[in-house]
Amino acid sequence: MPNPMARKTLGRINRTYWKHEGLGRATVTVAGLFLSVLTLLMAGFLAVKGLSTFLVDHRSPLEFLFSTKWSPDADTPAFGALIFIVGSILLSTLALLISTPFSLSTAVFVSEISPDLGRNILQPAIEIFVGIPSVVYGWIGLSVLVPFLRKSFGGLGFSLLAGSLVLALMIFPTIASLSADAFRALPADFREASYALGATRWQTIRKVLLPAAMPGILTGVVLGLARAFGEALAVQMVIGNMIRIPGKLTDATVNLTSIITMDMGNTAMGTPWNDVLWTMALLLLLISFLFIVLARMTGRKRRAVR
Amino acid sequence: MFARKNLALAGTLLLAAALLLAGCTPAPSATSASVSGTLLVVGSSALQPLAQKASELFAVANPDATVTVQGGGSGTGLTQVASGTCDIGDSDVFAAEKLDAATAATLVDHKVCVVGFAAVVSPDVTVTSLTQQQLIDIFTGKTTNWKDVGGADEKIVLINRPASSGTRAAFKKYALNGAEEATGVALTEDSSGTVRSTVAGTPGSISYLAFSYLDSSIKALSFDGVAPTAANVAAGTYGIWSYEHMYTKGEATGVAAAFIVYMTGDAFKASISSLGYIPISDMAVSR
Amino acid sequence: MRRRIPPRLTDRLATATLYLVSGAFVVLLLAFVGYFLYKGRSELDFRFLTTAPAFSTAGGGIGPQLFNSVYLVFLSGLISVPLGVAAGIYLAEYAKPGRLTDFLRLSIETLSSLPSIVIGLFGLLVFVTLTGWKFTLMGGALAVTILNLPVIARTSEDAVRSVPASIKEGSLALGATHWQTIARVLVPAAVPGIVTGVILASGRAFGEAATLLYTAGMSSPRLDFTNWNPLSATSPLNPFRPAETLAVYIWKINSEGLVPDARQIADGASAVLILSVLAFNLLARFVSRLLGRRFGGTRT
Repeated sequence: MPNPMARKTLGRINRTYWKHEGLGRATVTVAGLFLSVLTLLMAGFLAVKGLSTFLVDHRSPLEFLFSTKWSPDADTPAFGALIFIVGSILLSTLALLISTPFSLSTAVFVSEISPDLGRNILQPAIEIFVGIPSVVYGWIGLSVLVPFLRKSFGGLGFSLLAGSLVLALMIFPTIASLSADAFRALPADFREASYALGATRWQTIRKVLLPAAMPGILTGVVLGLARAFGEALAVQMVIGNMIRIPGKLTDATVNLTSIITMDMGNTAMGTPWNDVLWTMALLLLLISFLFIVLARMTGRKRRAVR
Repeated sequence: MFARKNLALAGTLLLAAALLLAGCTPAPSATSASVSGTLLVVGSSALQPLAQKASELFAVANPDATVTVQGGGSGTGLTQVASGTCDIGDSDVFAAEKLDAATAATLVDHKVCVVGFAAVVSPDVTVTSLTQQQLIDIFTGKTTNWKDVGGADEKIVLINRPASSGTRAAFKKYALNGAEEATGVALTEDSSGTVRSTVAGTPGSISYLAFSYLDSSIKALSFDGVAPTAANVAAGTYGIWSYEHMYTKGEATGVAAAFIVYMTGDAFKASISSLGYIPISDMAVSR
Repeated sequence: MRRRIPPRLTDRLATATLYLVSGAFVVLLLAFVGYFLYKGRSELDFRFLTTAPAFSTAGGGIGPQLFNSVYLVFLSGLISVPLGVAAGIYLAEYAKPGRLTDFLRLSIETLSSLPSIVIGLFGLLVFVTLTGWKFTLMGGALAVTILNLPVIARTSEDAVRSVPASIKEGSLALGATHWQTIARVLVPAAVPGIVTGVILASGRAFGEAATLLYTAGMSSPRLDFTNWNPLSATSPLNPFRPAETLAVYIWKINSEGLVPDARQIADGASAVLILSVLAFNLLARFVSRLLGRRFGGTRT
């Protein structure tokens, strides 16, 4: 919101204006636009590579999306990606279900219960979790979580459950810190008004703060979901990569990023097999994009109601 | 006052970054072109350790040459050498199996060594030898319990490499006689290292590894009664092996030629053997 | 409405649960760090940190990889920090609500949700093949920049926005232009927040593997640590050489390593990685607090 004074200055186009306002403004605007251009570039690049499955190799989009037949090295290859798509959806949805309650609790704790402990202990802890490389998560999953699951639930240990747990931990910081921001951004009036009406702290959190912070929380959830969808190395190490749709939690499964990481380096660029991997990458982009748009719509609706 | 100084500093940094970004765009000729004798080897991760060892020793003999060895997979190596991005492309398989015929024809094959593959099982499995038919039955999902091939009553856990892996291609071709593996019943592990640790940690599991990855954490099986050793491969009695290739675009020249000569030469033979590969010159048979 | 349990009790229970969950989280982190420090304890010495790795024998170190990681984070920071902070300022101060801004935000969110392997492959085609640089530290730094830009832009925007309006209005009222206000008042006051964001992003860059496999490469030429001429092929400072980072090395040694002590090296390297992340964080807090005291003294 430029204030009237600044606006007046804006109107006077001269050297002083350029020196004190225009140059800086132009610089940051270019930087902002650069991000958009970069995204468009990436999207364009993915589109060109990804669409060649359909345009150059003349495979059917319906086969790609809805066929479970994946036999890329057969004499008459089939490139149905449904198994991978379902795997990705299952893994990230489960991860979200596991992670969100814990993330929200931590966010509430940091912003409402004990901001001091939150700032001095939890916030740094969350930041360190973000910094832990996904290779390390995957490796912990492989050497600790998988054997543990095998002992306690039977099966192989490599499973949908293992993948979801590792993912849940990885998206925890994203959801927790963004939700905490959403709570913190609420005006103090909300809390005071609620307390004045005799509500307890929990009632205030549940009935007043949680609904009010929902748009921000949703943003966090969506970004967490996006991270879960795109995560590759850690998940691939613990899900077993069995090419079939899992029947239960302890079944091994496979997802889009796993098949991309496993086959990308070993297939030559420009072959139909390689092209279909790019199509999957394009699909990943489209899915995250869809989620982001959806979340913004819900966020906006809620804001409008308020 | 301080803030103003700080801003100036920030501005300078921004400018510097912009300049750096702009200055970089037209290829850093200063470094890559002027130094003669650089060689970039890209591709097969199965061959990478050997190539890296060779580059280390090669550098001692040729201090002016810089050889860089890079993994990325056979497909990446072949694509990049065909497009001229690297000088040598390492591959586990013949170029024609990955690239289209026209592109593959532009590449020249140099077989640098042989690598043997063995079926491996977790230490708890009591079976020590399998016939080809038994292996085929296991990997196609016909045999699902170790008791059917002379072991204990234990479920067989299949662990595969990705369909695009060179190791899997070789194993499928020479051990399974090209039989189509069962889909949807096998775990898939990305790399030899993870296959080894997964087999070691999963009771009843079976997979396959290049000789260079065999160690005491897993058990290598005899194939049709022949033990998986370098000597047996060289003598032609153990049949699961393949060539490791180094491809160049056109005939190899300069450092690339010297490097390939070095890798196949006598001086390097001991290293090849000690890393678990087999020198071509030792082979009594060929394909 | 069911109200059998008295609200005060629910309140207590809820508070206790929240304490428990948050406590468990911290314990989990401590367990993580402890696990790696314990596993990697035998490797954590000066020799391990400074010597070059061995290819096929035990006893190799991680010296060049550690240097490469730090250098790569530094290079990428050189580009992503100014650009990201500038974009954040634009979003916080200049972007008018509307289509373009909506699109920009959508871009940032999409960019930040891209799988890192996709960015790596984009880097392979653009920074490795198209530019003709082959595998270089610079290519890796640029790819990591793409990864980090959205994070830095977002946190910078938040930091600038969270500066109290009264400070901004005060500056404008004194006749400063919008940009002068941003440069001399808002940004200095937002420095602690910006620094936190930058450190977080650096931590991510430090541990990034998937992107770098295809851009900075999985090998490092012989480095001559006495040669500080950035144009020489064996100089550690040369940004146009292949550079394997610590995280990539862990990945490689776990998947295709032939050294007999791969496990110990991976343990040791992971411990170093986690300790670095810790160090990054402590440093960030320290700097941010220091700067906060200096610039944010006027905050009320």
